[in-house]
Amino acid sequence: MTAPAAPAPPGSVEHRVRLLREMVRIRRFEERCVELYSAASIRGFMHLYIGEEAVAVGVMAALEADDAIVATYREHGHALARGVPASLIMAEMFGKVEGTSRGRGGSMHLFDAGRRFYGGNAIVAGGIPVAGGLALADKMLGRPGVTACFFGEGAVAEGEFHETMNLASLWDLPVLFCCENNLYAMGTALARSEAETDLAAKASAYQMPAWAVDGMDVEAVADAARRAVLHIRAGGGPVFLELRTYRFRAHSMYDPERYRDKEEVARWREQDPIPAYAARLTADGALGEGDLAALEAEAEAEVDEAIAFAEAGTLEPLDDLTRFVTSEEVAP
Amino acid sequence: MKTTYREALREAIRDAMARDDRVFLMGEDVGAYGGCFAVSLGLLEEFGPERIRDTPLSESAFVGAGIGAALGGMRPIVEVMTVNFSLLALDQILNNAATLLHMSGGQLNVPVVIRMTTGAGRQLAAQHSHSLEGWYAHIPGLRVVAPATLEDARGMLWTALEDPDPVLVFEHGTLYNLEGELADDAGPVDLDRAAVRRAGDDLTIVTYGGTLGTSLDAAEALAAEGISAEVIDLRTLRPLDWPTVLESVARTHRAVVVDEGWRTGSLSAEVAATVTEETFYELDAPVARVCSAEVPMPYAKHLEEAALPQVPDVVAAARQVVGASGG
Repeated sequence: MTAPAAPAPPGSVEHRVRLLREMVRIRRFEERCVELYSAASIRGFMHLYIGEEAVAVGVMAALEADDAIVATYREHGHALARGVPASLIMAEMFGKVEGTSRGRGGSMHLFDAGRRFYGGNAIVAGGIPVAGGLALADKMLGRPGVTACFFGEGAVAEGEFHETMNLASLWDLPVLFCCENNLYAMGTALARSEAETDLAAKASAYQMPAWAVDGMDVEAVADAARRAVLHIRAGGGPVFLELRTYRFRAHSMYDPERYRDKEEVARWREQDPIPAYAARLTADGALGEGDLAALEAEAEAEVDEAIAFAEAGTLEPLDDLTRFVTSEEVAP
Repeated sequence: MKTTYREALREAIRDAMARDDRVFLMGEDVGAYGGCFAVSLGLLEEFGPERIRDTPLSESAFVGAGIGAALGGMRPIVEVMTVNFSLLALDQILNNAATLLHMSGGQLNVPVVIRMTTGAGRQLAAQHSHSLEGWYAHIPGLRVVAPATLEDARGMLWTALEDPDPVLVFEHGTLYNLEGELADDAGPVDLDRAAVRRAGDDLTIVTYGGTLGTSLDAAEALAAEGISAEVIDLRTLRPLDWPTVLESVARTHRAVVVDEGWRTGSLSAEVAATVTEETFYELDAPVARVCSAEVPMPYAKHLEEAALPQVPDVVAAARQVVGASGG
């Protein structure tokens, strides 16, 4: 199936600069996370989104406050782009009670119910059925919401992906399936794990619009997501986007990267979405001299504040260990 | 009124659907087929396909969708045909339903109810007959209930739906045809307390679900021998109502646990261990257990019967703990 017709792109200078700013924020946040991990302020598994920022930023730009998001364990970027305060994310990674999840989740489990940000799921494909259910609730309650469900290309091999794709199409559920194809499921290359490597073709079998997008181009992602959301909100049922991207860093902080060579990484780095987009905005006159430096300084200051907040945070009292295993108040 | 366990479950679903627009039922063959065990027969005609929702054979997707719909403000009742099939959805039940509230620091509660059939006794062999509710009772964040009577079949569902957290309901397959009298005004029941189904003085039989009938029959046989057995129906397997169990054992000084699950690492082990820990100096005999044989459930009738807790097994265990008292 082919992509639905494109609506007029926003294209305003303000909108375009916002896309760049969001990518810069995420990049700077995560670069500092690496330092903090080395300093042992952050522990556990930490998965960086560096190189993939255009995907989350582009998709989030197409969503409204009523829409829901289900993300994976590589979700710092999604949380930041959704508006979850950097300070709360950082505090979570420091294991502080002021964090998004009171320090119970860490890097892989960021949540923000108020922003309809439903995690932060560390079981590959485990969030996909939940996204189907969030969409089912919106549909049954007559709400206009779309649920954006992010997962890597590795999830496409899981049964939960296929079961939910079928269910969502069968029931016309308002789900935007965002497959972040960064070519490696941890260390397993797509061609080594999938008989059919054309993921949009695979998704098309479930009778939904599906197409591939340059995930290194934030405007291409935003445009595709906007068209997809328009289709879904109009009652057209789910859409699948294959967002072709690349992770510049290791899978996690424990990954020696034996499965890919440095030349490949270097080639992809030439397509780094941030400098590429900054150059385009500069060429278009949307970005003036010193504007990028100013965005970077803003991001730096935001991360500094987040780190200060996290450092000043407190540890949850041990007496609270068993709180929230079950709800504390019975709903009416 | 005269009714059956199956009809009581159906009436509970109908009542919940009428009480709350957010309630809906989904699962394999709950609609056009009327439910694998005919629990939802007629509800499709009454409530329509939006609220009596047939699903593909995708346990993980539709259990997960129930979890997501609960997060989104609905009150789903998800039916899984049997506990053996629920293993295909175990990721959703454990990693999401049971975990999200704590892992999100209290932000995301999951008010989903998941019903499923459990247990043997119908010659359905090793992939339709196991009693795995004890596994689920191992998991913090879940409430696990096992209606063993008409009152509980009728009354547990609404209370479960009012719970802000996930509730798993285990319906024993041999109980669907259970007949009896149910009060016309029967309604919601509590999910917090175990129930003393028969009072007695000489020993306490602790059981639940499909083996409640077995245990009551054993108590009747024991009475003929002059042994007075108290029978406790746990009703809720997590969290367990320890005060009711411990008070009884402290009074009778002897306990037999009857559980259709396997003995090793089981719910019966949990009950026996806690009874021993908490009432050790009150006990006149070691706690005894009657469980299923440690085999995959066989098809042939004589083998299946041999594998399951039977009345004579419970009677023998009761005689043993009473005889072992030295009295």
